[in-house]
Amino acid sequence: MDIIPKKDEDFKEAEVLVSELEKEEDGDDGTGNIKTKSAVLTTDLSVYFNKRPAIENINIKIKKNSVTAIIGPSGCGKSTFLRSLNMMHDMTPKAQVFGEIYIHGENIVNFNTVELRKRVGMVFQKPNPFPTMTIYDNVAAGFKLNGIGKKSELDEIVEKNLVNAGLWEEVKDRLKSPALSLSGGQQQRLCIARTIAVNPEIILMDEPTSALDPVSSSKIEELIYNLKKEFTIVIVTHNMQQAARVSDQTAFFYLGRLVEISKTRKMFTNPKEKLTEEYVTGKFG
Amino acid sequence: MTADKIFKNPKNLKRRKFVNSLMIFLCVVASVLTILPLLYIFIYTTQSGFSSLNIDFFTQLPKPVGEEGGGMANAIVGSGILLGIGGLIGIPIGILSGIYIAEYSKSFLASAVKFTTDVLSGVPSIVVGIFAYGVIVLTMQSFSAIAGGFALGILMIPTITKITEEMLKLVPQSLREASLALGVSRWKTTLKVVLKTASSGIVTGVLLAIARAAGETAPLLFTAFGNAFWQTNIDQPIAALPLQIFVYAISPYEDWHRQAWAGAFVLIFLVFIVNFLVRFVTREKYS
Repeated sequence: MDIIPKKDEDFKEAEVLVSELEKEEDGDDGTGNIKTKSAVLTTDLSVYFNKRPAIENINIKIKKNSVTAIIGPSGCGKSTFLRSLNMMHDMTPKAQVFGEIYIHGENIVNFNTVELRKRVGMVFQKPNPFPTMTIYDNVAAGFKLNGIGKKSELDEIVEKNLVNAGLWEEVKDRLKSPALSLSGGQQQRLCIARTIAVNPEIILMDEPTSALDPVSSSKIEELIYNLKKEFTIVIVTHNMQQAARVSDQTAFFYLGRLVEISKTRKMFTNPKEKLTEEYVTGKFG
Repeated sequence: MTADKIFKNPKNLKRRKFVNSLMIFLCVVASVLTILPLLYIFIYTTQSGFSSLNIDFFTQLPKPVGEEGGGMANAIVGSGILLGIGGLIGIPIGILSGIYIAEYSKSFLASAVKFTTDVLSGVPSIVVGIFAYGVIVLTMQSFSAIAGGFALGILMIPTITKITEEMLKLVPQSLREASLALGVSRWKTTLKVVLKTASSGIVTGVLLAIARAAGETAPLLFTAFGNAFWQTNIDQPIAALPLQIFVYAISPYEDWHRQAWAGAFVLIFLVFIVNFLVRFVTREKYS
């Protein structure tokens, strides 16, 4: 993956643009530094696969301890955007990333990927616990795979995060059972426990409930609501009701562009763009 | 409807049922044909070999021509040493290059390695023997266990590389991503997640390679050479089970023929035991 920094002037322009946006929405007085105030800030973020654009010029600002939902039809670049936030694209050959991404005011080009991913965790579409590990080891995976953490510390971490992921009561008697013995919904909560165990600042969720039944999904949604107190969450979803239920702000992507981003309630009741209205009311997509 | 006409036509249904049972029958026949040769070899070697087997076979050295009795203790130990040296060469190189091909497949070197292993797996084993003769025996000015082990190691590489590659490719991408997303570095991910998940398949591949190498005779003819006496120095000619079987089987003596059968039986049995043991140790604990 190449990150090609833009020239200074370009960035200033973008900053002005975004700070205007912020004033407009939050009634900001314009004194605070927008970069440090946002958990995530992207300026003119574009991702190309094989020279073909997947997303272009995305400017998004995400507040700390908020849930941001990203909606849009398949192939519109939602996941591409999400995966650029923790540099997952560097696994993909022929992927190029342009523009800037700031995590709590720090440009991510200044991090190495390992450090970045400790601060920006990710939950995937299909539950993917490590099949060779027990439930306990899966939650402790972030420590064990890096070869750190004492047994007593890990015990504490595992219990705390399983409690936070709402799974403790169901698994406390069989922590040494294989992770694959859990049901799909439990596995996904296990993956969330594994992600929050390394204490990231931001959690990216890529359609975390699309492989789950409604009951399991609602448990995850409840969990997202609770996790907001400690983490900043960005969730990609195909389910518009889910976006409306869990998120504070919603971004609508279409054909690789950000069509609209605003408070979730506004987005679903009174969107600015006609395209958004058509999508959220189910006229296409 | 045309579809209804086709599906509900009793004549068609009858024909489809017939074709179905015919194909199942052919599959069963083919399966039986697969098992038969192995079963036959196993029964025949057991019958001919087991009766000549006694404690002497495992503890005694070969007796000179004309004397009854004796055993193949030196050949059994020699085969072990040769396979050990071969494994030391073949297993690490095979597994590491397999990892390289599977995890870094976009590089030029990876496709070159891939092509080379495909070709190498088709090279006759006697050619590998000649290669080892040229490289090791001529330089050391002596037949040796090192040369034999080297030849066996080279024979193991393509099998192990290929199977490691295939097994690693079966590990879902999502597991690699899950590990990377936790802030685990690439090499730790490969080692502790990808390799571990694929380990039982890789072990099977290693076993297959060792079993093949255990039975190889041709590459040992002018590398390990064979030895009628005790020899555990690896820079000296050394005995090996398949070599001993070969020498005894083409000899004109009835007693040696019996010993050759016993050797064949022991060879098959040892491979079988190793297979069984390793499978038991690395059995799936997590499914």
